[in-house]
Amino acid sequence: MFDWLANPNRFKRITNKLEPFLIVISVILITLGLYFGLFDSPKDYQQGDAVRIMYVHVPSAWLASLLFLSLAISCVFYLAWKHPLADIISSSIAPIGAMFSLLTLITGSLWGKPMWGTWWVWDARLTSMLVLFFFYLGYILLSNAFERKIDGSKSASVLAIIGVINLPIIKFSVDWWHTLHQPSSILRFDGPSIDNQMLLPLILMITGFSIFSLYIITINVKTKLIEKKCEALLLKSNLREFV
Amino acid sequence: MNPKYRRLIIIVFITLTLGLATKLILMALEENIIYFFTPNEIKVKYGNKQDIQKKIRVGGLVLENSVIKKDGTTKFNITDRSHQIEVLFDGPLPDLFREGQGIVVEGMFQNNKLIASQVLAKHDENYMPPEVADALIKNGVWQGEKK
Repeated sequence: MFDWLANPNRFKRITNKLEPFLIVISVILITLGLYFGLFDSPKDYQQGDAVRIMYVHVPSAWLASLLFLSLAISCVFYLAWKHPLADIISSSIAPIGAMFSLLTLITGSLWGKPMWGTWWVWDARLTSMLVLFFFYLGYILLSNAFERKIDGSKSASVLAIIGVINLPIIKFSVDWWHTLHQPSSILRFDGPSIDNQMLLPLILMITGFSIFSLYIITINVKTKLIEKKCEALLLKSNLREFV
Repeated sequence: MNPKYRRLIIIVFITLTLGLATKLILMALEENIIYFFTPNEIKVKYGNKQDIQKKIRVGGLVLENSVIKKDGTTKFNITDRSHQIEVLFDGPLPDLFREGQGIVVEGMFQNNKLIASQVLAKHDENYMPPEVADALIKNGVWQGEKK
């Protein structure tokens, strides 16, 4: 089945059809989410309007973690099955995930100053999120650090798979240790501890961000496939001249 | 065996081993990872508070009717409803600071009092509009910290 999906031409045909739907749906979801989040949702009883930062912060944090998991799974396919497309997919995910983790850190910091009274603390949740950002950077740097592309791809893939260990640490840090960061409000055993009017924009934003990421990733993958084709053609013509 | 499944098994095995190693490291470092101790944990751990000669962070609730402000210095008790510690602080308090609020205080012990260098407000995981919070208080089913 993976061989069927890993055919670049088939991949291009399917994504060409999907793309317009992805961008339209994500723009609608994010617009609705921002409207409800910024204008048509209540203030928090303690945080006031600062609660609205959450509608960007939480979706970014989820996407940063989800994208790292996808990146690592794709790396497993690359290392075990040696599909070149898997490597292209991982390297297309990395910058998007890095951007979302940076956005999480920045928005969190902007919320932390008025609410906690500090931009940054070294508690378990904040630190593990920073580590995730560094794993993304490490992946990007390592995959470009070698003379031969394939060496870079392999070592970066190993790094990404090791980085997966950080994901449960991020998720459960707030339950395992005392942290300044509050425990989770949505995914908990006794149901969400967040008002429904606030949950709605949050869920709109999370799905909107996810579909938008999918859109950007497919564009990235297609660009990289074209780049590869160009390189191959160039190499062929150079060889012909040489002969 | 098919080489790709052999590679897959190696990857899974290495990841599990590293995961276990990480778990052990985190267990060993637990004391440093924990961001704050509750007053009760400090009592259990150190007994006599004057023995602590280093900077420490204490987390708990601001005890009701314990806040006294005088000449820019704030005096209050921090409690986990089992033990409490007296805190002195002469810096700016966060906006969320109020009686019954969860906070984290960083400072050094002096004569059984915590001389704070920083006071941070801790927010809990409950998000609700002010009207809902008011209704909960009115009906007497308020579970969280006092508003």
